[in-house]
Amino acid sequence: MKPPRFDYVAVRSVAEATEALAQTEDARILAGGQSLVPLMNLRLARPRLLVDVNGVRDLVGFGGRNGTLRFGAMCRHRFLETDPLVHQKAPIFAETAALIGHVHIRNRGTLGGSIAHADPVAELPALLVALDGRVIASGTGRERAIPAAELFAGPFTTSLDPTELLTAVEVPAHTDGDGGAFSEFVRRHGDFATAGVAVIVHRDASGTCESLRIAGCGLGPTPVDLSAAGEFLLGESELGDGAARELGKRVAAASDPPGDVHGSKDYRRDLAAVLAADAVRRAWQKAGAARRDPGG
Amino acid sequence: MTSVRFSLNGESAEVDVEPRELLLDTLRDRLAAKGAHAGCEQGACGACTVLVDGSGVRSCLMFTVQASGTEVRTIEGVGSPGALHPIQQALSQHHGLQCGFCTPGMVLTALELFETDPHPSRDRIEEWMSGNLCRCTGYVNIVSALESLAGTGEAPS
Repeated sequence: MKPPRFDYVAVRSVAEATEALAQTEDARILAGGQSLVPLMNLRLARPRLLVDVNGVRDLVGFGGRNGTLRFGAMCRHRFLETDPLVHQKAPIFAETAALIGHVHIRNRGTLGGSIAHADPVAELPALLVALDGRVIASGTGRERAIPAAELFAGPFTTSLDPTELLTAVEVPAHTDGDGGAFSEFVRRHGDFATAGVAVIVHRDASGTCESLRIAGCGLGPTPVDLSAAGEFLLGESELGDGAARELGKRVAAASDPPGDVHGSKDYRRDLAAVLAADAVRRAWQKAGAARRDPGG
Repeated sequence: MTSVRFSLNGESAEVDVEPRELLLDTLRDRLAAKGAHAGCEQGACGACTVLVDGSGVRSCLMFTVQASGTEVRTIEGVGSPGALHPIQQALSQHHGLQCGFCTPGMVLTALELFETDPHPSRDRIEEWMSGNLCRCTGYVNIVSALESLAGTGEAPS
């Protein structure tokens, strides 16, 4: 199938983009196009205007300031996966981006696009929730920050206004004692995950767990914050096999996943338990390793 | 209609297109680059893979207007019937193709692999090529063909 007719404008700045969004009803942002264009080819999406932001320089780049890491919305998955600075400053983004689709999807797909698309099985929205990050949204003449907890309203639905452009993603800077892991199950390599769990652990200098955040994809209508299931590990300095499995059990009990052709509700709950146990083991170990070896 | 100019296999191309025209259709229907194959037209199969500024893309998920000013490379710009590219030669030798529908996408995807990593392991090859579907070979011979080139330094360009 071919996409229906639409108008097209390639903008050069955030201001031009927000102006175009404000002027046309049913305008959509074209970022990497790896989700939007298939929907248009299938005629499930019929925007009147596409605002192409691929030429907006302010939307690329990655850097840290005052304890916050900021990613331009047009950071492509492949950049997150391969950039040495991202590996050093935000290793969990590199690990997570590598799980998305295939290399050619990652060559084009973007961080901001994935988050704004809000597919409930997508990895990056779940990672944003696990990191308790936020997005920066620009409308005509105004800018606001939206915390992850207030962003995802339902499947493919966010609290972004149709006239707003997601310009950046901000998360707390990675520090010594942080460890993150993203574990997912997928039947065929590169497909959308049946379910996935991200765990972010912080351990202090003595190895004690100070914070533990958990989020899942494929486990609800939006990325789900499952951090409450890990509270029993706060203050612990060792993670035994029993504790990891207990965390898995609690995550499964706290999840209310959908059942569909890819897996029943019970099957996804079982997956959530296994994936959470795996992710917490890996995140816990990385948090300890980061403390021993500040360089790594 | 918008006038779009880009380089196709080293030669300049200029077309007038509607914004909705996919790069895949421009290549096939206006520029005679029929080696970019229309498979699923939703980004799932990889048969339409081309290189845009050296980076592999699904030409069914990119509008021609977005290719303005870029360098596009299709299978027509890789080897020739009398002088196969080493990747094409290897696929032929290892029986890495049968019907050939997926082959242009496979070759271009492999080109980008060898430019990124001249010595890929078998695992790396399998991961990298996983977005290109083949319904004939079962993949084993495709991977073996590419593995035969790993480290020979012959594959790129």
